[in-house]
Amino acid sequence: MFDSTFDAVVPLLCVILAALAAMGAEAFRARGERMPIGGLGIVGLAGAGVSSVLLWNRNAASFGVILADNFGLFVTLVLVVVGVLTIMFSSQVVRRDALPAGEYYALVLFAIAGMIMMATANDLLVIFLALEILSVAVYVLTGIRRDDQRATEAAFKYFLLGAFSSAFFLYGIAFTYGVAGSTRLDRVGAYLAAQSMSDSPLILMALALLLVGFAFKISAVPFHMWTPDAYEGAPAIVTGFMSTGVKAAAFAAFARVFLSAFEPFSADWAPIVWIIAALTMILGTVVGVAQSNLKRMLAYSSIAHGGYLLVGLVAANEVGKAAILFYLLAYAVTNLAAFGVIALLGSRDRGNDELRDYAGLWHTRPALAALMTVCLLSLGGLPPTVGFIGKWYIFSAAVSAGYYGLAIIGVLTSVVSVFFYLRVVVMMYMAEREVAAAMPPRVTGVSMAALAFAIFVIVYLGVMPTQVLDLASASIATIF
Amino acid sequence: MPLLTLSWLLPLAGAIGLLLVGNADGRRNGAIRWLTLAVSLATLAVTAAVWAGFDPAVAEFQFVERVPWIPAFGIDYSLGVDGISLLLVVLTAFLTPIALLSSWGSIERKVKEFSIFMLALEAAMIGVFVALDLFLFYVFWDAMLVPMYFLIGIWGYDRRIYAAIKFMLYTMAGSVLMLVAILGLAYLHSAATGRYSFDLLALSTLDIAPQTEMWFFLAFTVAFAIKVPLFPFHTWLPDAHVEAPTAGSVILAGVLLKMGTYGLLRFSFPLFPEAAASFAPWLALLAVVGIIYGALVAMVQPDMKKLVAYSSVSHLGFVVLGICAMNAQGVQGAIYLMLAHGVSTGGLFLMVGMLSDRRHTRLIGEYGGLKAVVPRLSAAFLIITLASIGLPMLNGFPGEFLIMLGAFRWDPRFVVAAGLGVILSAVYMLWMVQRVYYGEVRHGENATLPDLHPREWASVLPICAMAVVMGVFPTLFLRPMEASVEALVQQMQATQTLRAMDNPHPPAPRTPTPGNWTAMRPVTRILYSLSRPHSGPSRAERGQKRWLPAKGSGGYQGAVPLGWLIGIGN
Repeated sequence: MFDSTFDAVVPLLCVILAALAAMGAEAFRARGERMPIGGLGIVGLAGAGVSSVLLWNRNAASFGVILADNFGLFVTLVLVVVGVLTIMFSSQVVRRDALPAGEYYALVLFAIAGMIMMATANDLLVIFLALEILSVAVYVLTGIRRDDQRATEAAFKYFLLGAFSSAFFLYGIAFTYGVAGSTRLDRVGAYLAAQSMSDSPLILMALALLLVGFAFKISAVPFHMWTPDAYEGAPAIVTGFMSTGVKAAAFAAFARVFLSAFEPFSADWAPIVWIIAALTMILGTVVGVAQSNLKRMLAYSSIAHGGYLLVGLVAANEVGKAAILFYLLAYAVTNLAAFGVIALLGSRDRGNDELRDYAGLWHTRPALAALMTVCLLSLGGLPPTVGFIGKWYIFSAAVSAGYYGLAIIGVLTSVVSVFFYLRVVVMMYMAEREVAAAMPPRVTGVSMAALAFAIFVIVYLGVMPTQVLDLASASIATIF
Repeated sequence: MPLLTLSWLLPLAGAIGLLLVGNADGRRNGAIRWLTLAVSLATLAVTAAVWAGFDPAVAEFQFVERVPWIPAFGIDYSLGVDGISLLLVVLTAFLTPIALLSSWGSIERKVKEFSIFMLALEAAMIGVFVALDLFLFYVFWDAMLVPMYFLIGIWGYDRRIYAAIKFMLYTMAGSVLMLVAILGLAYLHSAATGRYSFDLLALSTLDIAPQTEMWFFLAFTVAFAIKVPLFPFHTWLPDAHVEAPTAGSVILAGVLLKMGTYGLLRFSFPLFPEAAASFAPWLALLAVVGIIYGALVAMVQPDMKKLVAYSSVSHLGFVVLGICAMNAQGVQGAIYLMLAHGVSTGGLFLMVGMLSDRRHTRLIGEYGGLKAVVPRLSAAFLIITLASIGLPMLNGFPGEFLIMLGAFRWDPRFVVAAGLGVILSAVYMLWMVQRVYYGEVRHGENATLPDLHPREWASVLPICAMAVVMGVFPTLFLRPMEASVEALVQQMQATQTLRAMDNPHPPAPRTPTPGNWTAMRPVTRILYSLSRPHSGPSRAERGQKRWLPAKGSGGYQGAVPLGWLIGIGN
């Protein structure tokens, strides 16, 4: 690298350039001409991945607001994986549903750029900017099937509530600025630590408003209302993308803001986050049990997984911070692969995402059924999958911080969640196929490769998690 | 050579290898069956080699393998066997080929997947018995649920889906609380020494506050009690056993239930000796209730499989009673009965499966007079029935006898109830045999049933032979476990004494003192006397008046010279 002030934004620039190239390609594309636009995106993401690896351990900072520390780079790498998998799954979906390829891929890439920015931002206003970049892109992606009534409704709902939460967030920034005189996280943190003031109402307001803004984005209870509708209405692959990418980015920023700048006030926010985490885990699983639509079920499951991540945040010790990072990776790969299978099984007219659509999948597409089973077992936290290691890591953080109650709620809800994951397995393996059901569509090589890669990661990290665990521990050591 | 790694990796490798075999149209069913059987026999050979190389004089773990796995958390891949686990490993490897053979006639669809799940299950089961690291143990413990879930849910009988989900959720609900306790132990270790550890030996030396110890003990014990299953956690068992395919039932009854009692013996009791001592009478009470209850419910079952399933509740009650006694006889008897129950109940499920393959019903009322039609099957069934009842010279007897001996030395009240269970077991088993095999042939279809064919011989003969060998030469199986059991019992007692000395001012007992005995209500009095079998001067008197040879007084260290008692061996 050049050791210049631009170092820290290189991964970001790679993705943005790829997004611009995708838009350009679409503009110059003749009608009906097929272009590998998705490939452009993968090249850009690969550039982001490589530059992140090169930036490792260098703590590069650009303009004082983008900080490529190991924490941010770890999340960046997770986001790169999310992006690559999304694009690989999308290749089949875009062609099948006749989506506008250039716009679709450009939006995905812009969203990832926003996410990377959010994960590496060191300034509340830049976090807000990143949040808006990714949100706008994801709003459009949610409604990208304009002929679909439900998708449009979902996009609108998501947009309204998202705008609402952005306002909360912005308001929280304003209060923070009013108290600390800066929006830079390091300065805010230094000011708050030095002041040692006793619970001034202004700072508590700032805390509460920022918390609400983040809680919206990670769909924590009671700010989760938009999630099931948006997840169900959006195309399956977009749902997979937002349930993993947006959550990872929002969590990275959440952890950075609350565990560094607002660390001195942890006695104030930890009890509230404790309650939110417990409610999120409980509601996500209990309501998930009652769902008959797979996308909606996984929407509730992703709410519950947000709760597990919050447990790591509450624990707020060395283990907990590393656990958040590891869990983000585990959850992102697993959930995206599960939504990938759902997306691949859909057809242009029908989502095929009701539970009964999976009846007898084992007989028609044994490989897909097996891969889906691995994903579901990993989501349920059964060994030897990465989901188990992730949960184990989160709960050991909770136990070592003395939060036995949260750990017990966590493990019990994960048993309940196994119940609804198993319902899908029961459908695939033990129910008879409906006679009238159409044969599920064929899966292309690219999508299959993406699935195979995801499954490899799920099982490999389930058996050999050491390197990534160490990496996660090392990346939190630099900042917190 | 790392024999223990080989013993669980071999079946797993077989399962993964089978994944790669194409068998879309069932063309290679035959080859897959033979291959699976070969893998399981090779595993049996490996475990036999472990047994052959096992030194019965050593109490510590043998064949120990230890490789750092997740160093940041002190998690090791560490395996080892001692006298407690050795024979359970062999039992697992012994029953799997038999279960596989039994499936050759009954499993016709998706043979490849069935074989994969069976081998994966075997790998996980062996892993549970050889793991010395609590994390590794938990991984195997939970991983084992998945193949069993599929075996019940896909190849089971009518209510298989319900049974499969119930089995999975029950077991998981118990085990996740154990996970929290495991994490808590590791955290305590890190608080005491500065580093995390999940090593069984390191954790067993940990000094835990009594309150914490009680909660951890309960978390572990509930997980294992569900698996055993101890009354009142047994409700998953009849469903799972009845709905599972024959091979699944054989493995469930033969091996999976033993994981619960093994867990009590390996983890709950040694890790938390004080809590174990104070809860042992209550566990024993539940065990005795289970003995009687299981027997009574078994008696009224119209379905043979369900009858055998409830008989397991009863027999496993004996095992828990022996463990709770925590003396050499009780524990050796418990392990012995675990092995014996694995063989004989596995055999019963096997033969009930054979009948049900022939007639497609398991209702006792549908049979009758089979002795004349299938004499060889009847003979084998009778042998195993008698073994299960606990007839001397068959494998059920030494275990039950030692357990009652041990329990008698501990607290005779439990033995009275347990003895009643022995009688009841004779009642329900013999009554079933009478209704199925004796009398007139009442149903026309039964008159033409074929007798055992060679493949069935191959699975029945080893079971019957083992039942006889275990009954006639019990020392062959008791010898390897002696040293380890002795060490365990001494360690338990030593820890309890040590901790009692550490604490010269014990907290005032919450229970009423004997002084105001007369002031207690009758119910309290019963509960009090049940909960404190060690208290009072009567114990010392009992010890002096003991008419049985005390520990270490005979040529046969540790247990009563059993061979001498029944006139053979030693």
